[in-house]
Amino acid sequence: MFTVKAPLQQVIELENSVFLLKIFSPEISGIIKPGQFLNVLVTKTYYPLLRRPFSVCDVEEDNFYLMFNIFGEGTRLLSKKHPGDLIDVLGPLGNGFNLDGDYETAVIVAGGLGTAPFPYVVRKIQDKKNIISYLGGRTQNDVILHGMKNVRISTDDGSLGFKGTVVDLLKEQVNNLKSSKTKIFACGPSAMLRALKEFCIENNFDCEVSTECAMACGFGICQGCPIEGVNSPDKYLLVCKDGPVFNVKDVVI
Amino acid sequence: MNKVDLSVNVGTLKFRNPVLLASGTVGYGNEMSGFIDLNKIGGIVTKSLSLKPRKGNPPQRIVETPSGMLNAIGLANVGVEEFIKEKIPFLEKFDVPLICNIAAGTIEEYVECTRILTEQKSIKAFEINVSCPNVKEGGLQFGNSVSAVGKITEKVKAVSTKPVIIKLSPNVSYISEFAAVVKKEGGDGVSAINTLVGTAFDINTRKPKIFNITAGLSGPAIKPVALAKVFEIKQKVDIPVIGIGGIMNWKDVIEFMIAGSSAVQLGTVNFIDPTAAEKILKDLEDYCVKFGIEKLSSLTGSYVI
Repeated sequence: MFTVKAPLQQVIELENSVFLLKIFSPEISGIIKPGQFLNVLVTKTYYPLLRRPFSVCDVEEDNFYLMFNIFGEGTRLLSKKHPGDLIDVLGPLGNGFNLDGDYETAVIVAGGLGTAPFPYVVRKIQDKKNIISYLGGRTQNDVILHGMKNVRISTDDGSLGFKGTVVDLLKEQVNNLKSSKTKIFACGPSAMLRALKEFCIENNFDCEVSTECAMACGFGICQGCPIEGVNSPDKYLLVCKDGPVFNVKDVVI
Repeated sequence: MNKVDLSVNVGTLKFRNPVLLASGTVGYGNEMSGFIDLNKIGGIVTKSLSLKPRKGNPPQRIVETPSGMLNAIGLANVGVEEFIKEKIPFLEKFDVPLICNIAAGTIEEYVECTRILTEQKSIKAFEINVSCPNVKEGGLQFGNSVSAVGKITEKVKAVSTKPVIIKLSPNVSYISEFAAVVKKEGGDGVSAINTLVGTAFDINTRKPKIFNITAGLSGPAIKPVALAKVFEIKQKVDIPVIGIGGIMNWKDVIEFMIAGSSAVQLGTVNFIDPTAAEKILKDLEDYCVKFGIEKLSSLTGSYVI
């Protein structure tokens, strides 16, 4: 965990205003794990004031990638950066996914921009595990395919793939999922994670989820990002430090 | 010339430099120690401690605002007992003055916390938080009442063997009246300011963005308010002031000292750049060299009007 000013290599605009930043940093790229995140200072002008947390999207040799859509002033400014600009990054932060274990099939479940941490997951396990990626969105514009493998799609409005939520689609295919030893890795809106938690408990799937919460520091001092732990009713866990990845059974979503 | 004297006094308290880390922005030191050498810092003010552990408020606790942030953490803390057992041994490894911030729901709780903690050798002083805007009991209920602040100062002083600093609320008409009662009851100094009460709404759902509805505003947005409060105290009351409020760089430190601060605390900036304190110290030294200032403390209250 440290701060570094790393040169931006490339700004890539994917479809539907989703951006990828390719940033050169052997220090970060050498140690960051899938599911960990970085806290990025967008400007020195105090507006926006706080860093912006992003999951690491992928790592390719000495470069790492961040994925985001334009949500507010911070992400708008980031999308306007140029190659050569130094990006002030704090990290790596949080715990990351536990990709080891004797499961055979990794089922990735992502809602909308929840795809962001998974290209790196795919890269890390594609030679060792089967991968099925379930991507959900409200419409086809919300489905981000970048870096994903063996994709199944759902949209709420039926504009692409299965009509319904991504958890509805998992339910349809539950027998298929049970045919091998499966572990689920998920990231997306709270409503999706809540439905997924219920689905995993009902069907006894091991599942890790990457959670999200507004935060200031990203490393435990601001106490801004509490999440209710199942086993610690007297104390909140922190998304930044105890997470952002949790076993779905361990947190109240 | 590297003989610049950065040391300052806050009453009887001596600090090697005026840059302290504010309560609630440094935890209990362990996370920050990964970023900076705590041995170089003027002092550390712990996260507010209450007699028993507090869970704090549910999310959402934080919202960013223009050049500032709102927080309603709700004094989440480990409690006095665990602090002594688990946190002090870590902090004792460093040569840095430890100021223990205490928050409470009743006057008795302030007194009891102080009575227990004053036994701890490594604690150099207390900062009494009478101004947290984010809890139902205590906090601002005390911070808005001159007589309550006076009573707390008197009772805490009676059991403390260490200097007692009262952290004042800016959410009052005349902060100097509060500083005056702290002095009258034997308080050793005041910290000014705590956060300003604020809120924010989501225009789509029309709901407050913060679970607690109101929250404390901090960051550069509040710096002018903080400077005015420090200045008001300095003009009206002869008591040492620790200036707090939106300090981001060395220039802000100088400005707070000119306005009347003997020392300062860095708060929100620690979230953005946890190495800020070390950078600021270096810059302060460079400033003193450049302008031939031998004692940084000579700046305190040096405004020209």
